[in-house]
Amino acid sequence: MSTPQEAASAKDGSMIKQKEMIAGHYSALSRAKADGKKVVYTFVPGNLTELLLAFDVLPVYPEINALQSGMRKKSGAYIAEAERLGHSEDVCTYVKCDIGMLKSGNFGPTGEKLPEPDLLLLSYTGCFTFMKWFELLKREYNCPVAMMHVPYQGDGVFTPEMRDYVVAQLRTEVVPALEALTGKKLDEAKLSEALARSRVAEDDLVAVLESAKRRPSPIDAYFGGVYYIGPIFTSFRGTEAAVDYYRTLRAEVDERVRLGLGPLTPDGAITHEKYRLVIEGPPNWTNFQEFWKMFSSEGAVVVASSYTKVGGVYDNGFRHDPERPLETLAEYCAGCYTNLNLPTRIDMLSRYVREYEADGLLINSVKSCNSFSAGQLLILREVEARTGVPGGFIETDLVDPRYFSAANIKNRIESYLQMIEQKRRNASTRAHAATPTVAPPRPAKKLEVLR
Amino acid sequence: MKTFVGIDLGSTTTKAVMLDEDGAVLGRGITNSRSNYHLAADIARDEAFVEARFTLLDRALVAAGETGDEAVAFRKRLLYQLRKVQQMAQLASLRARALEEAVGARLGHHGDLVARLEHIFDVIEADWKKPRLTGVKGSDFFRDQAASDFSRCAERVADRDLKFDVLMSVFDKVIIQVENARIDLTFEGNIRTALTRCLRGEAPERHARYEAAVLSVADTPIDVARAIGTGYGRQTLPFPKESIRSEILCHGLGAHVMFPGTATVLDIGGQDTKAIQVDGDGIVTSFQMNDRCAAGCGRYLGYIADEMNMGVHELGPLAMQSTRTVKINSTCTVFAGAELRDRLTMGQKREDILAGLHRAIILRAMALLARSGGIADEFTFTGGVANNEAAVRALRQLVKENYGSRTINISADSIYTGALGAALFAVRAGASEEHPS
Repeated sequence: MSTPQEAASAKDGSMIKQKEMIAGHYSALSRAKADGKKVVYTFVPGNLTELLLAFDVLPVYPEINALQSGMRKKSGAYIAEAERLGHSEDVCTYVKCDIGMLKSGNFGPTGEKLPEPDLLLLSYTGCFTFMKWFELLKREYNCPVAMMHVPYQGDGVFTPEMRDYVVAQLRTEVVPALEALTGKKLDEAKLSEALARSRVAEDDLVAVLESAKRRPSPIDAYFGGVYYIGPIFTSFRGTEAAVDYYRTLRAEVDERVRLGLGPLTPDGAITHEKYRLVIEGPPNWTNFQEFWKMFSSEGAVVVASSYTKVGGVYDNGFRHDPERPLETLAEYCAGCYTNLNLPTRIDMLSRYVREYEADGLLINSVKSCNSFSAGQLLILREVEARTGVPGGFIETDLVDPRYFSAANIKNRIESYLQMIEQKRRNASTRAHAATPTVAPPRPAKKLEVLR
Repeated sequence: MKTFVGIDLGSTTTKAVMLDEDGAVLGRGITNSRSNYHLAADIARDEAFVEARFTLLDRALVAAGETGDEAVAFRKRLLYQLRKVQQMAQLASLRARALEEAVGARLGHHGDLVARLEHIFDVIEADWKKPRLTGVKGSDFFRDQAASDFSRCAERVADRDLKFDVLMSVFDKVIIQVENARIDLTFEGNIRTALTRCLRGEAPERHARYEAAVLSVADTPIDVARAIGTGYGRQTLPFPKESIRSEILCHGLGAHVMFPGTATVLDIGGQDTKAIQVDGDGIVTSFQMNDRCAAGCGRYLGYIADEMNMGVHELGPLAMQSTRTVKINSTCTVFAGAELRDRLTMGQKREDILAGLHRAIILRAMALLARSGGIADEFTFTGGVANNEAAVRALRQLVKENYGSRTINISADSIYTGALGAALFAVRAGASEEHPS
């Protein structure tokens, strides 16, 4: 969900800006020890970036490193390295990619060496693999771990009691760990200022994502969307740079709307929007451009996706609230997409289909991620039943190139799009009853072959 | 006349179906896909042309009032003779190439290789010239027929000086050349020879009527107004993008046309298995297919057949002799040989192992069917594996166990389902172009 160098050939100002932000961050990380900065490893879903900013520590997101390695075609070798160390084929490939990278010198996506962590901060426990991942890293680095338990929204609500439970852990576990690490007390004013900036950027991001309700959509809310969520779900939420980035991005998208332009892709803008899709599940990173092209070359535009909610969900009006710093952080953690129960996800996806006037829901089921994949077929059937649009199902993986079978995936995507087209055509034929129908052929005679 | 063609480029076989403007089947053709999709498509289409001309001949004979038994017998003889002419042309090509290979640098040192090859081909030719009864079980492909007869003769001819393997290596090399050569197998190019043989001894007045009917059909221009390609090799066809359809849609529509009550379709092809749900118009509403791993698809049976030194069409009948199905969970194609040998070593019977393998394939298909939304009534099984009786037996049993009573449709022509669907799309595309609405 961040900007690779090989990104879009037609680059917007926002894209260049994001690239600079990321390069700057990795550069700061490479100097962290020399600059006397503390480094905290943490994960994207429900992250506590503003709190880390308030303590002036530098975050590292191992999933982001893994997906960047995937986009740079390095993940295959890293995964092989981890498997040589004994990790089974069934282990999440983000984990194996990270472990392999670590064992290969720990050079990050920009080629600069990543600093070792001074603290491992686990702020989201919905993914059991995250816990195991940090157990491995703890053994590797022998550094302290701060962990809080975030209750799953099993009943579809985050109750005040749940919120208080998380806030209490922030107070008693996370904040003290950061205070011990930095030797500084939490500066609540600084935290609130960051949260206020988050809010501004979040409003702009939501406006950008919702621009896809227009026809044609000025953005691709999945393949393009992963770039848009890059800064806000990683090290930049709550920074001035992020506010600036989202302001620029929103202006660019507004301009595309004004000009009636379709989304930018690596092969130029989509000029004819033929299919509008909602996609559920993370993308494949090893063949990201190839994967995108399978859609863009058919005129398929993704108008909404669940993956762009992986860090946090803003759909129901949530924005970080500077007036209630710890409470708002607790609500953000618990509100990330994979912490929502299946009925809530189904509601969300069905709403996307309706509000974004989508032709279908396509699920990209990744082998690595149970947080996403569990229940996807049920989601598919239920959204189909509620909205009447056809569902499709493809299988890939996050960063294991062995799981990207291009011919098979292309075949399924094409079949799915043709199915939408055929349904559409049939509906219009029925409406107009103008196209002659085909008489069934006579029963074919079996050809006798003699020799 | 105006026709519409659907071509299904499968990984194992390539099929073509030709329809007239009313959507009636004129002809069909099938060939092994070899490594050359382009050629396979041409050959399947040529074959469909041949069959189409026979359909036109039927119509011409009816129009000429020739509806009696004699006319039916004549048509049968004509087809038989045409097949002979085609086969002999291919065999002659095989012989010429084999002899050329035998005198070449690689094998030239085997003293009497040429003489022995001549002998083998003499025997095959004499054998093929003899009249045969219809209904003989076996593969319809020239490659399989020639391979079977050649290896049988080579076994007899081989000795310590000239080994069987050397003879077969000649065959293996040249059969590919023959398959990839454009030999004229068309109706127009061969029917006159076939006709001459058929008309010998025919009463003069009938002779004239038949000849006129056949020659008029040979001269009828057949125009392909629209061709649509489908199947795994479809991207390699020299068709514009709008003339290519996913095989999922084609199988859905083809199954619907063959059996209008179809709600669920299972297609087990060479390298993928598809579970498809269709609505009352044959429009696909949902589908699932195997992921990157093609375990348990048709090709798997091909490997098993190779391992057992059998033809793939012989597997089903042998599995049907099973009295006790062996339980097998893995359908990994890579390990198929090892699995088979292990079990044979353990003393399990070939037919019981084969029955287990067929069941394992169907179990995998059942999982895909469940994912696609289950099996509704009616249920149509398409693709080459639908003609395998052991697979069908396992399917019937598992459908009953999991879904209860369902009408299960299997056409003897199920292998053409995808090509038929593609051809129907071609008719529809042609129609919508003529009447843009």
